[in-house]
Amino acid sequence: MDWVWSHAGDLWSLVLTHVGLSVPPIVLGFVISVPLGYWASRSAAARAVLLTLGNVLYTIPSLAFILLVPVVLGFALLDAKNVLVALTVYAIAIMVRSAADAFASVSASVRESAVAQGFSPAQRFLRVELPLAGPVLLAGVRVVSVSTVSLATIGSLAGIDSLGNLFTDGFQRDFAVEIITGIVLVLALAAVFDVVLSLVGRLLLPWSRRTGRGRVRRSAPAAASVSEQVA
Amino acid sequence: MILLLQGVAWLLDPANWADSATPGLLSQLLGQLGITLASIVVAVVVAVPLGVLIGHTGRGRLVAIVASNAARALPTLGLFSVVVIALTLDPQWLAPVIPLALLGIPPLLAGTYAGIEAVDGQVVDAARAMGMTEWQVLLRVEIPLGAPLIVGGLRAAVLQTVATATLASFYGFTTIGNSILLGPDSNQYIPMIGGSLLVTVLALAIDGLFALLQRSSAPRGVSRGARRTTNAARGRFITSPAGTPISRGN
Amino acid sequence: MAIEFRHVSKTFPDGTTAVEDFSLSIPSHETTVLVGSSGCGKTTLLRMINRMVDPSSGSILIDGEDISGIPPVGLRRRIGYVMQNSGLLPHRTVADNVATVPMLTGVPKRKAREDALALLDRVGLDRGLAKRYPAQLSGGQQQRVGVARGLAVDPNILLMDEPFGAVDPIVRDELQQELLRLQGSLGKTVVFVTHDIDEAFLLGNQVVILQRGGRVAQVGSPKEILANPANDFVADFIGAKRGKRRLTAEAGASGDEVLLVDAAGYAAGVITAPGGRLELATAGSSPKSRSVSNKTDQAGDA
Ligand SMILES: Nc1ncnc2c1ncn2[C@@H]1O[C@H](COP(=O)(O)OP(=O)(O)OP(=O)(O)O)[C@@H](O)[C@H]1O
Ligand SMILES: [Mg+2]
Repeated sequence: MDWVWSHAGDLWSLVLTHVGLSVPPIVLGFVISVPLGYWASRSAAARAVLLTLGNVLYTIPSLAFILLVPVVLGFALLDAKNVLVALTVYAIAIMVRSAADAFASVSASVRESAVAQGFSPAQRFLRVELPLAGPVLLAGVRVVSVSTVSLATIGSLAGIDSLGNLFTDGFQRDFAVEIITGIVLVLALAAVFDVVLSLVGRLLLPWSRRTGRGRVRRSAPAAASVSEQVA
Repeated sequence: MILLLQGVAWLLDPANWADSATPGLLSQLLGQLGITLASIVVAVVVAVPLGVLIGHTGRGRLVAIVASNAARALPTLGLFSVVVIALTLDPQWLAPVIPLALLGIPPLLAGTYAGIEAVDGQVVDAARAMGMTEWQVLLRVEIPLGAPLIVGGLRAAVLQTVATATLASFYGFTTIGNSILLGPDSNQYIPMIGGSLLVTVLALAIDGLFALLQRSSAPRGVSRGARRTTNAARGRFITSPAGTPISRGN
Repeated sequence: MAIEFRHVSKTFPDGTTAVEDFSLSIPSHETTVLVGSSGCGKTTLLRMINRMVDPSSGSILIDGEDISGIPPVGLRRRIGYVMQNSGLLPHRTVADNVATVPMLTGVPKRKAREDALALLDRVGLDRGLAKRYPAQLSGGQQQRVGVARGLAVDPNILLMDEPFGAVDPIVRDELQQELLRLQGSLGKTVVFVTHDIDEAFLLGNQVVILQRGGRVAQVGSPKEILANPANDFVADFIGAKRGKRRLTAEAGASGDEVLLVDAAGYAAGVITAPGGRLELATAGSSPKSRSVSNKTDQAGDA
């Protein structure tokens, strides 16, 4: 504990660095995935291609990915951009699937009735489909956010500063307190991000808040909603 | 790009596969697979019975979801470091297995209980009404029908374990990470690139194998065998969490 | 295999009381139909017979033996159960579905499969369908497989929960006739649940009209109920109040036919007796003779 207080300043700056490393991929991943996911929800071919590609990218081990980015894109080896790119690609790989499912979950009858009421395609997207896809999109971003915060620590193996420094440094000094402090900070940061996202969700999607859940039934739809939460 | 080609060439050079002063690629590959296998076995032993129990009884679902989400946030690198430092384990290979198994448990658990739970309740009810015991309901109805999602969970778990096992090198265990981690420390880019490629190819190959397994694990009658349900079943493959790596190791 | 309900009540854990103080004697080798509108507790009552639901109070006896002392699994294996959605196992072929329970009880696979084929004949299914999966069958075919499965262990009791509820009227007619034919030769104790009063009158030797909470509004043969509805609820339920059961004869288009018209002017059926002469059936003749081409025909002899 003493160690924690005496290093509070260093820890805080590592937290800020970590935030700087994880926020852009989450935001970029979302912004890029929404149109891709929408496309995937409207065309089976696009869906097949995008999701397969996402799966393949996701399969690349993170350490390998971070180390390969500079080789392929020509960045310097110790550039934080390498981690940013890798994390963004992972974020997209997860988020495109969520977004495709989110738009696919908007019922065709709602969409058709919007068309029948005379919404233009753009209006339909912004005022009907996007809000209705909101809850599933939100669930997707929350998954992305948590895994990005945790994943960013890998950067320290490639020499990019993050809270992961506490793990490598603590390990080399055989100092468990430092490592545990790092784990706690990562978990706390992930929790803060998650709370922020769910608050944003409440603000933007006030209708989707659940008012007391009904009895859990053994049924396919119930399981589907679980899988959304875990996927 | 030239570096990439050099990496490929390095991989194709048999000399790099043999052991010299340090373990060669073959030893590294076997080490990676061994650690992965051991971790997955542990994860399966813990997660599958638990997932089956949760799916069958419908109890403890919320706990499972919360625990899975929390586990997703756990940084594997930190977990590795702490286990290696804080625990003196005998045999030693347990050290990487513990954090990796912890990593594999959430997707396996989620896939298993989602698979069991997604089985049509009326079919289960009918099976019970016919006079199946709870075990028979489980073994003959719920597990076969939930198999695609369970295999999906296994696929996600194996995938992230094999990818993450690379990190064990940092703690002195022989994996492909030996080649990769050479890079940043000693400016040996080519083994680093070659190693990265090898891990990626390995992960893709395993993923491909599982894609096939997952397809054949769908009981006939609910997939290809059935004319009428073919599309529905395919749809489920695409939208289910099964095809997705449910969470990622790091 | 007579079944007896004695002061049976069922309150589910969530507080819903589905059945309250229900008593009934179900005679053996006959068909008893429980009929009532949705949510009145029919399924709950039926499922208490094979212990899929245990009563909160009261007792159920099969041939005098209280079933609360019989282990559920063994009990279920000797009672056939057919449900609305057929409940077939989607990952097993038709033949394997039919053979499931015999195989559970230790009948060798080969024999169970052979028996299954014979049962398919019995319920009017082509043997060629044996290798198909349930999803490759029509709804009507699935129901027939469901019936075959219910009969597979040659149970003395057959429970049927709206088995023909999800098929079109023509197929339903066929299935009903098939069931009458089967029951004519098998003589099982059949407990049949439906909310279709016509189906109840067609199939039932004994019809039980239920109100919410499993309250018995009237028990009797179709004739007794039609002739003497016990109260307004029954009269309303069987359609007597709206004049649906009061048929008057009119001359049909051709001289040989007599048209039966209900009080609302709806043509309910024709009698095709030669010369249009009505021959009143004498009491005691089979109530199941079908000479008239409409399901409501029993109104004719009421
Ligand atoms: N497992 C259960 N838990 C709580 N309530 C239940 C349960 N099963 C049935 N009920 C309730 O008991 C009442 C009777 O249900 P039941 O299924 O027996 O009706 P039913 O007559 O078969 O209706 P239907 O014609 O719609 O099938 C209903 O109010 C129903 O909501
Ligand atoms: Mg019912």
